[in-house]
Amino acid sequence: MSENNMPKKNPLSMQIDLAKFEKATEEEKRQQDVMSESSTFFKDSMKKLFKNPLAVFSIIVLVAIILVIIFAPMVVPYGYSEILKVNGMRDKTAMNLGPMQFSENELKYMEENNVKLFPHIFGTDELSRDYFIRVVYGTRVSLAVGFFASIIVLIIGVLYGSISGYAGGKVDLFMMRIVDVIYSLPDMLVIILLSVVLKEVMGESTGIFAKLGTNMISIFIVFGLLYWVGMARLVRGQILSVKENEYVLAAKSIGAKPGRIIWKHILPNCLSVIIITTALQIPSAIFTESFLSFIGLGVAAPMPSLGSLANTARQGIQSYPYKLLFPALMICLIVLALNLLGDGLRDALDPKLKK
Amino acid sequence: MSDTKNLVEVRDLKMHFPVKTGWNKTIPLKAVDGVSFDIKPGETLGLVGESGCGKTTVGRTLLRLYTPTSGEFRYNGELVTEKNMPSLRKEMQMVFQDPYSSLNPRMTVEDIIGEPLDVHKLYSSRDERREKILKLMETVGLNAEHATRYAHEFSGGQRQRIGIARALAVDPKFIVCDEPVSALDVSIQAQVVNMFEELQEKLGVAYLFIAHDLLVVHHISDRIAVMYLGKIVEIADADELNENPIHPYTTSLLSAVPIPDPNIARSRKRITLEGEIPSPLHTPSGCAFRTRCPYATEKCAQECPTLQDRGNGHQVACFNR
Repeated sequence: MSENNMPKKNPLSMQIDLAKFEKATEEEKRQQDVMSESSTFFKDSMKKLFKNPLAVFSIIVLVAIILVIIFAPMVVPYGYSEILKVNGMRDKTAMNLGPMQFSENELKYMEENNVKLFPHIFGTDELSRDYFIRVVYGTRVSLAVGFFASIIVLIIGVLYGSISGYAGGKVDLFMMRIVDVIYSLPDMLVIILLSVVLKEVMGESTGIFAKLGTNMISIFIVFGLLYWVGMARLVRGQILSVKENEYVLAAKSIGAKPGRIIWKHILPNCLSVIIITTALQIPSAIFTESFLSFIGLGVAAPMPSLGSLANTARQGIQSYPYKLLFPALMICLIVLALNLLGDGLRDALDPKLKK
Repeated sequence: MSDTKNLVEVRDLKMHFPVKTGWNKTIPLKAVDGVSFDIKPGETLGLVGESGCGKTTVGRTLLRLYTPTSGEFRYNGELVTEKNMPSLRKEMQMVFQDPYSSLNPRMTVEDIIGEPLDVHKLYSSRDERREKILKLMETVGLNAEHATRYAHEFSGGQRQRIGIARALAVDPKFIVCDEPVSALDVSIQAQVVNMFEELQEKLGVAYLFIAHDLLVVHHISDRIAVMYLGKIVEIADADELNENPIHPYTTSLLSAVPIPDPNIARSRKRITLEGEIPSPLHTPSGCAFRTRCPYATEKCAQECPTLQDRGNGHQVACFNR
């Protein structure tokens, strides 16, 4: 018998050899008592997101773009619809300048008064307007459209989907058939028809609507009317699976009302899908907006959008190819960054991919 | 038996789920098919039976998580209906089987336990809410520092304690325990079962203790009901049922209970049942158990036996034993 009162170990047996074990020290015992630092699901996911180089890259790009579109109009002394003037006179030589070029009048003015004018970073367009500020405003419009359209989609889709999924049965059947009908409508056709109708109905309206133009409003309306169905289906599917969890039953047995159950128990557990879909909805909305502007159904004339800028640039593409480059590059950057961010979010928020 | 008033009276409770079997055709799935029992205040009724026999459905139907097809449920003499259920939810609570899925992963322990308080508005200030929650956590043996943590940071036993604290939050008089220990390992099972007993002594709650582990049920229950295919086949005091089982299904269940002494275990006769449990969609005519019963006769196929008192409150539904 050994000192541990253990029978002698047969070399072939799987019996545990107590002699090989060490006693836990006091410190190790204490470590067992203390729980690891509290970490929420959201914190975990953000940590994972910031480990993804592509996602970090896209966040940096997006933040840079947003900073530029916020602060550039404060720094650059030109307006998006302002025709360049030198000394109060319209500068006829400032048409179609290349990037960082000055017109003849401007050069003369600078020499005479010994001042420096702000450079035309992207050059000027065929109406002697600063192209950089136009691209910045175009990006503003495109991002705003993408953002607000996604918010509309988010609100309507989540509301509709959660009611349909939670109610289930006949209500669900009925609500989903409506979704199917809307799904089958051709969206481009509806946008074109709506923009025509809205132009007639709204006529000479003023204020923010007039500035955006009826086409823009019809885009919002169409997003509100048509694009929420994808979100609604997705949310409904999620809710159907989440509501089977026992914590939903527990909430019911406590006596919680359906609204509280959806809001407190079901939606937080579908959040990852909702966030991802919204993030991926923004580039698709930007794309739609750019496309519509490109075919001439976008924002009203002096207001630029990336699509309409690209369309105008297309006409002079052989002489001034860089004019197409800038808005196209901007669209690519935004859409790519948002798509990569969406992918990163999906990976980060998917609990099944947990390491 | 004492003559105190029954806290819970269930009479001929039926819960049939419609199952679609084709175009425009549904047949009922008889999950619970005529169950009756009483529970006195502070008493524990164990409910045992194999998987799929409708134990859980009984519990959930009592709490109106399902709307029963027919039958009566009286709580404290008051008939429970859809209308007065919201106010009665303060009196009845449930502890769920799976401690992993019964707690919302996006809520802190404080919010989980505090939810019944929120729903029934049982506090006047945030401090009072917090105080109540901490007291509940202490009752079930959780540290106050756990309050801000999320459910996934706890072990199975601790999670079940959180679930119990949530059930106790509204100070209920009747708790349905739906297999509260079957997802836990044995050492933790003992802790949790003992905690249930302590809570009963301290708070005087009545339990409907659903489980499939006869040893656990025998340990905690005052009386035990045995279910088979949606019906109660035998109901008796815990010790009486254990020593003197009458229904052939109960005897076979008891013979399958593991005995910690290998000598006794080897010498006893194991009654194995033939065949599978029939589908609750196509229950056999007459006695539901007759397809597997060694004593089945012609009569069993034609008539359904009802619970008959065999003395001392020992009720059995069988013609032949």
